[in-house]
Amino acid sequence: MSTARDITVTVTVNGTVHRAVVEPRLLLADFLRHTLGLTGTHVGCEHGVCGACTVLVDGDSARACLMFAVQADGHSVETVESLGRIGQMNALQESFHAHHALQCGFCTPGMLMTATDLLRKYPLAADDDIRKGLSGNLCRCTGYDHVVKAIRAVVGKSGAAR
Amino acid sequence: MKPPVFDYIAATSVEGAVAALAGAGGEAKILAGGQSLVPMLNFRLLRPALLVDINRIAGLAYIKEAADHIRVGALTRHYQLETSGFIARHLPVVACAMTHVAHLAIRNRGTIGGSLSHADPAAELPMLALLLDAEFHIASPAGKRVAAARDFFLDALTVALDTAEMLTEIVLPKLPPQTGWGFEEVARRHGDFALAAAAATLTVADGAIRQARIALTGVGPTALRAAEAEAMLTGHAPDGALVDRVIDAVRSVISPETDLHASSDYRRHLAGVLTGRVLTAAWRRATQSPA
Repeated sequence: MSTARDITVTVTVNGTVHRAVVEPRLLLADFLRHTLGLTGTHVGCEHGVCGACTVLVDGDSARACLMFAVQADGHSVETVESLGRIGQMNALQESFHAHHALQCGFCTPGMLMTATDLLRKYPLAADDDIRKGLSGNLCRCTGYDHVVKAIRAVVGKSGAAR
Repeated sequence: MKPPVFDYIAATSVEGAVAALAGAGGEAKILAGGQSLVPMLNFRLLRPALLVDINRIAGLAYIKEAADHIRVGALTRHYQLETSGFIARHLPVVACAMTHVAHLAIRNRGTIGGSLSHADPAAELPMLALLLDAEFHIASPAGKRVAAARDFFLDALTVALDTAEMLTEIVLPKLPPQTGWGFEEVARRHGDFALAAAAATLTVADGAIRQARIALTGVGPTALRAAEAEAMLTGHAPDGALVDRVIDAVRSVISPETDLHASSDYRRHLAGVLTGRVLTAAWRRATQSPA
């Protein structure tokens, strides 16, 4: 099989401009994890069902397993690493911590990035709105209840979704 | 779960995209939102030689209002349709249906042209296009053509597009005055593909239905219009007995598949129940002045 032409991309990730030469078939999730070493973005199902790899592309949540790195050329990507760090977590992360919204933590980066986009775009007036908003993010530990509570606690609070 | 090797072109014009498709002799796929294509690549169900990325074509994502219709660019994302003021005002049935399409991250990326060209048998947009008698504008190396929605959906995942053709615009006629609408969907989980969904519009004059449109999805290889059932409603007010006969007519024209998620009988049952609900909602909206 012939090798496809590699392509040079320039992608801004969490505010830092990265240049890299990539195969067209390299998924954005693998670009973030393997090329840039940003392993906060988790890879679960690799076909757009589990939501673990959710990142923001130009501010909108997207599955990083359903985009190619070449598509991010010239665009801005935010991963879970952009939200905060140990000792300096943002309000949403603090709320996940306070409400026991994670157990094993595998789904958490996707939950956080999805919630960030939901909080920006929807009023989330009812818990059912939050549950529907999280329907594309699978968690096998929490039963979702504490995730909903964690998001509920920051709805309407300035700075929750940065 | 990694995609196979392919060549990649980021087209910057519709003409460039269809030329690239034509040059690949049927071995190319259009990459739009990628929300259906990329899973199929990751599973290696598809091995195209070339992906023609249309995301960098300027001016292909828009929602524009004209006198009696709304023009939607093929690269418009589901989220834009969900939140458009034009759509909310003139095609609320579309705005309502969009909230049932997958999840926010999918709606942010997935495109209107992509969903219609992919034609999943349980997707909402093909049903809406049929319901609203939409018109599809298509580009090919030879030029442009227009196809009616009713001539577009041929079979499961099969539409009337040649391998070098590309959907560029969808024209959605506005709902006429005195028209009510209904949309109902049942899925195993919010955002999953529909086990069955139904939508209807009823245009009412002098206490009777002048035009009825009923469309369904998830109950056959393609979305469909229930023409016989529509004809039964014309000229009448929908009382309980008539709606029951319409429901029977809908159930008699569909032959849903049995799969892991639901039996054929259950889907047929659902199609009838949902038809009753959307007709009730459409009649209520058509006959009650907005509060």
